[in-house]
Amino acid sequence: MNAYHAPEQDNARFRRRVLVAGLFVLVCFGLLAARFYFLQVVRHDYFHTRAEDNRIALLPVVPNRGTIVDRNGTVLARNYAAYTLEITPSRTGGLEDTIDRLAEIITIEPRDRRNFRKLLDESRNFESVPIRTRLSDEEVARFVAQRYRFPGVEVQARLFRDYPLGSTASHVVGYIGRINTRDLERIEERGEIANYRGSNYIGKNGLELSYEAELHGTTGVEQVEVNAGGRAVRRLSNTPAVAGNDLELTLDIELQKIAENAFGKRRGALVAIEPSTGGVLALVSAPTFDPNLFVEGISTQDWKELNESPDHPLLHRAIYSAYPPGSTFKPFMGLAGLTTGKRTAGQTMADPGYYVFGGHRFMDDKVGGHGMVDLHKSIVVSCNTYYYQLANDLGIEGIANFMGPLGFGSRTGIDLPGEAEGVLPSPDWKKRRFRKPEQQRWYGGETISVGIGQGYNAYTPLQLANALAAVVNDGKLFKPHVVRHVVDSRSGEKRVIEPEPIRQLQYKPEHLKAIRDAMVGVNKSGTGARAFAGAPYEVGGKTGTAQVFSLRGAKYVEGRVTERLRDHSWFIAYAPADKPTIALAVLVENGGFGSQSAAPIARQVIDYHLLGKRPNQPAPEDADAVESIE
Amino acid sequence: MSDNRFHPLRLLRAFLRPIDPVLALIMAVLFGYAFVLMSSASPERLDSQTMHFVIAVVVMWCAAAIPGQRLLSLALPLYLLGVVLLIGVALFGEVSKGAQRWLDIGITRIQPSELMKIAMPMMLAWFFQQREGRIGWREFIFAGLLLAVPVALIVRQPDLGTSLLVAAAGFYVIFFAGLSWKLIAPVVIVGSLGIGSIVAFGDSLCQPGVEWVGIREYQKHRVCTLLDPTQDPLGKGFHIIQSTIAIGSGGVLGKGWMAGTQTHLAFLPERHTDFIFAVLAEEFGLGGAAVLLVVYLLLILRGFQIAAMAPTLGTRLLAGAVTMIFFTYAFVNMGMVSGILPVVGVPLPFISYGGTALVTLCLGVGILMSIRRSRLANKS
Repeated sequence: MNAYHAPEQDNARFRRRVLVAGLFVLVCFGLLAARFYFLQVVRHDYFHTRAEDNRIALLPVVPNRGTIVDRNGTVLARNYAAYTLEITPSRTGGLEDTIDRLAEIITIEPRDRRNFRKLLDESRNFESVPIRTRLSDEEVARFVAQRYRFPGVEVQARLFRDYPLGSTASHVVGYIGRINTRDLERIEERGEIANYRGSNYIGKNGLELSYEAELHGTTGVEQVEVNAGGRAVRRLSNTPAVAGNDLELTLDIELQKIAENAFGKRRGALVAIEPSTGGVLALVSAPTFDPNLFVEGISTQDWKELNESPDHPLLHRAIYSAYPPGSTFKPFMGLAGLTTGKRTAGQTMADPGYYVFGGHRFMDDKVGGHGMVDLHKSIVVSCNTYYYQLANDLGIEGIANFMGPLGFGSRTGIDLPGEAEGVLPSPDWKKRRFRKPEQQRWYGGETISVGIGQGYNAYTPLQLANALAAVVNDGKLFKPHVVRHVVDSRSGEKRVIEPEPIRQLQYKPEHLKAIRDAMVGVNKSGTGARAFAGAPYEVGGKTGTAQVFSLRGAKYVEGRVTERLRDHSWFIAYAPADKPTIALAVLVENGGFGSQSAAPIARQVIDYHLLGKRPNQPAPEDADAVESIE
Repeated sequence: MSDNRFHPLRLLRAFLRPIDPVLALIMAVLFGYAFVLMSSASPERLDSQTMHFVIAVVVMWCAAAIPGQRLLSLALPLYLLGVVLLIGVALFGEVSKGAQRWLDIGITRIQPSELMKIAMPMMLAWFFQQREGRIGWREFIFAGLLLAVPVALIVRQPDLGTSLLVAAAGFYVIFFAGLSWKLIAPVVIVGSLGIGSIVAFGDSLCQPGVEWVGIREYQKHRVCTLLDPTQDPLGKGFHIIQSTIAIGSGGVLGKGWMAGTQTHLAFLPERHTDFIFAVLAEEFGLGGAAVLLVVYLLLILRGFQIAAMAPTLGTRLLAGAVTMIFFTYAFVNMGMVSGILPVVGVPLPFISYGGTALVTLCLGVGILMSIRRSRLANKS
């Protein structure tokens, strides 16, 4: 393009451009004028009718939320109808005055007012906001009689969520709560605003959250004629809402109850999986909480109690907390030795009671050692020295390469929110985890501790149970899942959640047999023998004890420190030994030795699962169990 | 002498000197309109909107009092400040409703993209003024870069409405500076082809699951809703359906002040902000809408007049661009409310509720007044 120099020419060009811009403006405004003419003159009659029809309001019809039942049909989450008193602020004369006058005929606590304020701030325009929920019949009658005094106030029949079993399986089922601005943003991102018009609740945790799309259902539209006050006078037509789908779980709620009770007042987690499908039979995180508290917005006091409790009841330990596996790691290590060819089942070594590496003595639990030890004995008596040496032979890379495919250190992909990855230690992991070069280096001595499940190892109870399930299922690793069927609300058709294999691990049958035989030996003559004394079935297992190095952020509460410094007690087990229908991992925080706290819980759970036997009290602590740090 | 200098009449004259009577009259009409509409649409907001008016008029007066040439010397610092704040938003901004637009500077939250609406044309006008007589393709490329950087930052937030306004503001300066038609034509052609194809193939493009390259889901949704509002009667389409009903049912003379059923039965969403035009069209009909169009047209004509008379290249460009910004606000807002443009968050200039846009717009009017005065000063 040409540069132009003379200011007059420049100015003339500018004026031409202004003229063009002016023409553009005229054309655009002309377009608008034409559009207004079209709407207001040509189609006026049509829109006039539409505006009259607008006394016809489109109202959303909120769908019933799907229910949740366990594998035997026991209801875990359902809906019930109750009356609420709702205010549409824009239609009242004065909001405060209206509430004050309402309070004269219906109980309105200061807490209700506070809640109302909160909901009002979060509510969308023109929506009614509840001031009281669960009105009694008498209150409804009293209000209806005086309704003319309260424009903009309505009694509505609404559905409420109820968790009839209360705190049982609360971490799995989760809870719903009122839609807040953050939820709203998420809904908007998913493009579901229309489907949530009229909905007040959304899944916040557990299955209620992860299966929100199934449970919510499709909102219907109802055309109603409204009078000038906005009250519905007559229903004209409607597209009914489609109720949300029901969930049928793999969970056996009776087994879940027994497992939860077995913990008594102790903290911990239990995961029981059906090895042939990856279906979760029980998923315990103790202590639990009552999800019903959350539905209508939890009170400050309840929240404080739950949130500040040193027992952290809201924490989903089974899938979120990672602990060193202790000696429960040994069967997997043994399988690694066999599979990589570093060991044969019959190969023995002499255990002097310690293992020397880099000038440091790694101690065995038994002073003087276990004598001659082969693979079988190493698992039955939980011999450390055997695994110190094996770890050194495998090397940290060898261990990580074997354990990774078993799911250690990665999310299993269970259909619940908030799963943790855990830590499968390796030199690579250390480089990523630490900043300073001297911290990033991997030391040979660290490999030795990893070999017996201590050190940097940290896995969720779910990972451990799922890895065990794979080992006793001929190496087929499944994605664990809690939901078995999604039941279509319209057709009643059951959509099966197919067991989803993650991978088939290539282990030799004789290697798997050697490990399983040794785990059966644990409960016959080894560290699990006392817990399973007299069991009329064969069961494989392994105890474990995870060292607690520090309080790890737990609050200092005097008198409890010593308890909080006790080791974590682990037990993994599967039964029946020849054709397992259950594989489980139990962790008791600060429970001491694996045989002391965790194994008796496993016994109660397996007793019920195989024999239908119900215990009459929490699993006992076996104070006489003798073991040292395994 | 001194008492004479402070004589009330002289003070009043000194106070009125920066004010352009024509623009002031137009403003008065618009504010009056705004007051009448707000009383109907949302009377509880009258007080706070009056506060906004007062602040905006003060800002307008201040801008008008600054000589036109001095205004331009503020361009570079304002522009740089705007860019730095936009980068700040990208790095530390607050996320609200899925977009990162606000910056918390301790005392208050600010939205730097708003500043850019005025800083952008000032910057470009100042730049062309510096290069006066030597404006060639290099200058246009550089101006394009000055425009692209902040626009890209705003698009990323993401804020489609504001980025369009800022891009348009900058483009107007470049256009008035004499960008070759050869370069403008292809853009116009590609743009109309794109819009044309969306209209023609809208049905298949709007199927769920079809992804539009470079366009976010909610933006796609807006365009699709415009093509067929009935697809989503409870969602986004609700706005457009209800506002066209409001406009159409207003007829030639309207339903009368305070008598709009759409407005008063609360069918009209956002009726005090972006959709206030629908209130006007419903209650005052085609007549009321035409009056508003004429008032806007007068504002734009006066702006162009000031631009054509402006003494220097920089002030000419700035006045022209500011005028076109008014046009853009008005056209995009009324186009969206009447259903010929997609729903983007652009208020009806000088009338919609809200302080930020009002201050920006009045700052623009102040700039026009200041430029008009620099012409007078030059003559005398």
